[in-house]
Amino acid sequence: MTCSEFMAKLDDCLDHKLDAELRADVDEHLRGCEHCLITMNTTKKTIEIYRSNEIYELPDSLRVRLEASIMARCRKC
Amino acid sequence: MFLKPTADSTIQPSGVPKPVMAVAETDELSAVLPDEFLPEMDDGKAVDGEIDPIEGMSVEVHPDVALVERAKGGDTAAFEKLVRQYDRQVFRIAQHITQNREDAEDVVQDAFFKAYQKLDQFQGNSKFYTWLVRIAVNESLMRLRKRKTGRTVSIDEDVETDEGSMPRDLADWSPNPEQLYGKSELAEILRKTVQGLPPGFRTVFVLRDVEGLSTEETASSLGLSIPAVKSRLLRARLQLRERLSRYFRKKNGEGVA
Repeated sequence: MTCSEFMAKLDDCLDHKLDAELRADVDEHLRGCEHCLITMNTTKKTIEIYRSNEIYELPDSLRVRLEASIMARCRKC
Repeated sequence: MFLKPTADSTIQPSGVPKPVMAVAETDELSAVLPDEFLPEMDDGKAVDGEIDPIEGMSVEVHPDVALVERAKGGDTAAFEKLVRQYDRQVFRIAQHITQNREDAEDVVQDAFFKAYQKLDQFQGNSKFYTWLVRIAVNESLMRLRKRKTGRTVSIDEDVETDEGSMPRDLADWSPNPEQLYGKSELAEILRKTVQGLPPGFRTVFVLRDVEGLSTEETASSLGLSIPAVKSRLLRARLQLRERLSRYFRKKNGEGVA
């Protein structure tokens, strides 16, 4: 497997959608290619960080106000 | 270049005119809102029911379906439950797409109100959340378009950017990069970083990776083909990775035993 071939499979790799045979090819490539290993690990970490950190939290006070506004409009129609 | 974009045609199941989006000159977009969708959530971040798509097998009805049915019958309390269940997610998606707090607030209100008005159009065989996301994405994009000026980009237009295709920064990251920064500082870094993505990329990223929609649902919500979603997602992920590297890269000597 070349680096280009690995990159083409990166998303499937990150999403655990590789079949056993492809997984074995990927693992073999990663054993010998630090570049792709780092790319995969840091990309995986990127996704994890965005999933685990709430960067656009809806504050309770705003939430209450929005819900009240939505429901007022719905009750009128 | 490492990756050539794959086929980028859109799904237009109902013959709905394909919306286009005006974006700033350097942006690429890519997202529209057909009237039908074919969702199947594989991650279930926002919902806890499962619908078995296999014909002939018993199907577990999603709990939202009962609430929707009651709401259709005029039970506003039932709809209020749906609002409370999903308003955080809608706000998050709207913020990611619009990058504007006021717009996101408006999107939350308008998306739920439109959903309420259009409940009769909701097909019970799909998930309410996915249907709602589609409305919210469309509302978000409309507001983004209002704020942006520049050329109009068709959804079909390929996203041509080399950034993210070829990983350049090869430095490994610190073992626990999140611990390098305080919580609010980290959040600011993440906001700033995602803000730098083209809207078409961050829209796919937020639906797929933050909200946990499946590739199929994301494609359906955005009116994109599955290969187009995959292509944008990979580029979004790699661009974010590249940009975060300057904050998270391993310092000299770090990690050496």
